[in-house]
Amino acid sequence: MNFSFTSLSFALAAVLGLVACSKNAPSDATTGPIVIRFGHAAPLTGPQAHLGKDNENGARLAVEDANAAGLKFGGRQVKFELLSEDDQSDPRQGNLVAQKFVDAKVNAVIGHLNSGTTIPASRLYAAAGIPQVSPSATNPAYTEQGFKTAFRVMANDEQQGKVLGKYAVNNLQAKTIAVIDDKTAYGEGLATEFKKAAVAAGATVVAEEHTDDKSVDFKSILTTIKGKRPDLIFFGGMDPQAAPMARQIKQLGVTAKFLLGDGGCNVDFIKNAADASEGCYCSLPGMPLAKMAGGAQFAQRYKARFNADIQSYAPYAYDAVMVLVEAAKHAQSGEPDKILAELPKTDYTGVTARVMFDPKGDLKDGVISLYVGKNGAWEPLETISTAVSPAPTFTK
Amino acid sequence: MDIFLQQVANGLTLGSIYALVALGYTLVYGILGLINFAHGEVVMVGALASLAATKFLLAAGLPPPVVFVLAFLFAAVVCMTLGVVIERIAYRPLRNAPRLAPLITAIGVSIILQQLAMMIWGRSYHAMPQLLPETAYVLGGVQITAIQLIIVGVAALTMAALLVLVNRTRLGRAMRATAENPGIAALMGVDANRIIALAFLIGSALAALAGMLVASNYGIAHYNMGFMLGLKAFTAAVLGGIGNLAGAVVGGLLLGVIEALGAGYIGDLTGGVLGSQYQDVFAFFVLIGVLVLRPAGLLGEQVAERA
Repeated sequence: MNFSFTSLSFALAAVLGLVACSKNAPSDATTGPIVIRFGHAAPLTGPQAHLGKDNENGARLAVEDANAAGLKFGGRQVKFELLSEDDQSDPRQGNLVAQKFVDAKVNAVIGHLNSGTTIPASRLYAAAGIPQVSPSATNPAYTEQGFKTAFRVMANDEQQGKVLGKYAVNNLQAKTIAVIDDKTAYGEGLATEFKKAAVAAGATVVAEEHTDDKSVDFKSILTTIKGKRPDLIFFGGMDPQAAPMARQIKQLGVTAKFLLGDGGCNVDFIKNAADASEGCYCSLPGMPLAKMAGGAQFAQRYKARFNADIQSYAPYAYDAVMVLVEAAKHAQSGEPDKILAELPKTDYTGVTARVMFDPKGDLKDGVISLYVGKNGAWEPLETISTAVSPAPTFTK
Repeated sequence: MDIFLQQVANGLTLGSIYALVALGYTLVYGILGLINFAHGEVVMVGALASLAATKFLLAAGLPPPVVFVLAFLFAAVVCMTLGVVIERIAYRPLRNAPRLAPLITAIGVSIILQQLAMMIWGRSYHAMPQLLPETAYVLGGVQITAIQLIIVGVAALTMAALLVLVNRTRLGRAMRATAENPGIAALMGVDANRIIALAFLIGSALAALAGMLVASNYGIAHYNMGFMLGLKAFTAAVLGGIGNLAGAVVGGLLLGVIEALGAGYIGDLTGGVLGSQYQDVFAFFVLIGVLVLRPAGLLGEQVAERA
């Protein structure tokens, strides 16, 4: 046998079509409509495509609503446009998309979906002075970089992890816990915060295992965890892994409770985990949709428009767009710097919550809701305010 | 102890799949002396084809066991056609070319198949409908599901049948003769092209079976699932001795167990320095180890280079 293994290393060349931006609206013109373009970045392919599409739909609905409102700045008609790009939930691809938005001179960005893509891309937006509102990136590091352009409309993982850790110990009576993460900025970050909070509440961590965001075989790590007999298994990661994991937990006869963060708190987890979703717990920042002021109505409108059920983050993407529209309205301008000046003063009651930002760009007084898998759906348990433990103040 | 046995059972399930796929590599190598690197992609096509058939048949209201068999037959026909076409297009024209040429076309075919699958089935993960109850049976403290039993059972039966075919039948003798010396075999009235096509047919049918079993076991299939699986199965074939059928089985089972035990215990053994995220790395440590220490593999004999 003599073949060289160098021939095994092959790569697919990704051909990137660069968008020629001939549609750049002349903003210095004094007549005709003002065109405000929002970039939206999320994975539209790969394991998390269903979540990306969900976010895009939420943003699209908001843009359509904003256009239907028929805004006028200084007597000129305002037209909002959505540029949707696929970042494959891959940090490298995310940066390419970000550069594309910067080159296209978008007025603001909604995204990205994942913390792993949001954090590196945020540097490019900050350098270009483009306001960025992430609907679903929850890693604390995103807003701790001190960028004036970085905002999010969802409670962060420090807040979520704290609530999850306390809930696991106090409400689910877990004394011993096993923690699994998918080694991404989101999964590892949330697992770390969860661990901290659970230990602080008096639990012992008996096992720490890792996987990645592509695997589907967890039997080995779950068997090891089974041997340590934890009361509860926490997984920091997304539903493409969480669903097969839940099934394998059941197949191995592990009796521990299974707790997830927002990454598994969606329709696809229930669909792919099937019977194994029964009795799993998860958390999602914000109020349950049914309890949100305009939640039920939003869900109906979403269904009517896209003929699909909301996965999990669409209402947040909707609010992210609306927060930007609101800021533009106050500024009476679509210019990025004008929008940016208005964003810190945001006080907007959206579908998900009353959105106000702290000095870092995090959501002020966010709430976290817990759910349990029951009869093939996520059933809301309770909603916990994160305001009880204020995050350390941070000066820009 | 129970935990150890459970890990071994996990490993044997994984290993049975590797063995099924490794047989395809070894069959083709034994007769043609080339590595069909597109084989992993044939497994992926088998998985997705069986998934599509399963959904269609369930919607038609057939009972699950019937659906299982029919979906497999559909996937097998698709994969066998694919295998023969690959051989005709990518390997037959290069039969007398230097060794590197068919290796390159194999990689080309592999990329083409991935892209085609992406066009047909999209890039998202597809859920495989469950045809079997997921309840686990407890055997001696080990939890085994119906699909795991079927994987191990079907793999064992298939391998036994293949060994009988190759070693006990006229057809098998023709295959062995072609492997030995195609020229002389042809003089004795063996149609070498037919035998080579047959090797691809059998290998592809096994790949379809492996694909369907993988999709059923994890409940998920997607367009790039074949790449890593193919590489690991190739490693299994090399570990057992490439070209040796029994070796492919031994290598597959062994690699599965190594991977399961490795991922299960590495964290504890290294005190958390190395963790279970290295699950995919063990196979390649094994590959390097085998190539350095025993290139002919565990059961392989030194194959004389063809002139």
